[in-house]
Amino acid sequence: MSTLVASQAPETRSASGFRFAMLLPGALVTFLLILFALGLVLFLAFRGNDGSLLGTGFNLANFISVVSDPLYGTVTLRSLVIAGLVTLATVVTAYPVAYYLAFHAGRRRGLLLFLVTLPFWTSYLLRVFAWKIVLAYNGVLNSALIESGIWSEPTLAFLNTPAAVVVTLAHAYAPFAILPIYVALDTIPKSLLEAASDLGARPFTAFRRVVLPNSMPGVLAAALVVFVPTVGDYVTPAMVGGPSSTMIGSLIQSQFGKANDWPFGAALSVCVMLVILLVVLVARGADRRFGSRT
Amino acid sequence: MKTQGATTKRDGRWLGLYVLAYLVFLYLPVLLIPLFSFNDSIQAAFPLQGFTLQWYATLYGNPALSGALANSLVIGVIAASGATLCGITVSYMDLYGRSPLAATISTIARLPILIPGVIVGISLLILVNLIGLGPSRVAIVLGHILVALPTTVVIMRSRFAAIPKTIREAALDLGASDWTTFRRVMLPLSLPAVLSAFMLAFLISFDEFVVVFFLAGTEPTLPLYIWSQLRFPRSLPTVMALGTVILAASFIIAGTAEILRHRGLGGARRNPA
Repeated sequence: MSTLVASQAPETRSASGFRFAMLLPGALVTFLLILFALGLVLFLAFRGNDGSLLGTGFNLANFISVVSDPLYGTVTLRSLVIAGLVTLATVVTAYPVAYYLAFHAGRRRGLLLFLVTLPFWTSYLLRVFAWKIVLAYNGVLNSALIESGIWSEPTLAFLNTPAAVVVTLAHAYAPFAILPIYVALDTIPKSLLEAASDLGARPFTAFRRVVLPNSMPGVLAAALVVFVPTVGDYVTPAMVGGPSSTMIGSLIQSQFGKANDWPFGAALSVCVMLVILLVVLVARGADRRFGSRT
Repeated sequence: MKTQGATTKRDGRWLGLYVLAYLVFLYLPVLLIPLFSFNDSIQAAFPLQGFTLQWYATLYGNPALSGALANSLVIGVIAASGATLCGITVSYMDLYGRSPLAATISTIARLPILIPGVIVGISLLILVNLIGLGPSRVAIVLGHILVALPTTVVIMRSRFAAIPKTIREAALDLGASDWTTFRRVMLPLSLPAVLSAFMLAFLISFDEFVVVFFLAGTEPTLPLYIWSQLRFPRSLPTVMALGTVILAASFIIAGTAEILRHRGLGGARRNPA
């Protein structure tokens, strides 16, 4: 009975109606909220700031001041160095974990996979906040060091340094790196490993010549998903970085806040996207190189 | 037998110790929040000053806090519904739509992974101002649909891909329309993944700060409320009590979503991701 009733109405819908209904939500979100919104940023980047929403004129003035003012070069370079260090730290520390998950975890694999991804689903703000209470002058680390007699005086050296930003970001984005590397390792055909050992490769040689090159696509994917959000981060520099570790994301945020120069902030955003595009292309190139070798 | 990669069993034991140390590093800073939320001191420092529940008591009867919580819940449910709907339709059409448009949409839908949050935030800020919405709860919902979209697309796509092709083909061969096949065969088979995608999208929205910072009008969400409280050292213990509740809720929701994601399909299930 219920089958009959339920299937009657849908039968009359045409196939094209189904396609339209199924494509509509995705099309609206991707074309309007992603492409059109990013297009607006690009458009605004070429406008002058006159206090109106879409600015005025059409010129390269914003980009010229980005390039000519050394402040932006310094901050961009700092963002790249910090994001690069964070990426390196997360990928290098995540690799052995992914390796263990792929080859040694056995029955514990499911549980371990869950444990390493769980922090991903907890509040980013709270994870950064946790580091603030760890590194503060009268915070956890200082008080623990004094309590244990290692130091006699609390030190200001932890908080408000670029190093604090690197450690905090590396911790916050650690779960991002493990999954792509794990998937790459897990999909290496087991026959390749057996062939390597059958042909007399020592374990380290087999790792260096077979496992590592084959997992490079995962490593590059991991590097990308860590690098992109960290290079534009503004929350961590504001929380634990202090004035000496302002990043490009902080500058963009202030253009849309206190500084109130939206076109200039848009130009900065376009520059960041160009840098990311460059990094993606380099990663693509590296991926192809490794891909062709194996 | 499980292949051991290029390493021996002994290496595996060392690696196991490393993984343990890694997990400690991953969880220790976060677990300090619950630890100090029970500490009878305004400062998060050792030695611990004794057990107290007073910071949890400060959470009650705080209208700013409960307002932010209500906002976060409403926005989370609506944004998660939107992101899940988009995730279902985008990945289904990507797999079975056989059209370049559907494939393009699916690719763009996963693009936000390659855009820093600050740029997603400002691009939507410009957009909502242009269409006359301005910073508001609706703007936040739009932003969170976007932030959660890659997750829901990836989850739904791997679930649809794990359903044996023959099931859908059988339904179509037996005369079911596209719509009937989708609604009465494919959707029920992927229901656990739908729930999982919804819960994770809700968590993303509930915890999201980077984008919401630009899109909030006069009604803050919970993370924005926390951010505003961080300026006052005296309210740090309250933030830690609130943070503990949020962490506990996140762990439970994420755990349930994980169980649901692997539920059903039995032997037909393939590797996710």
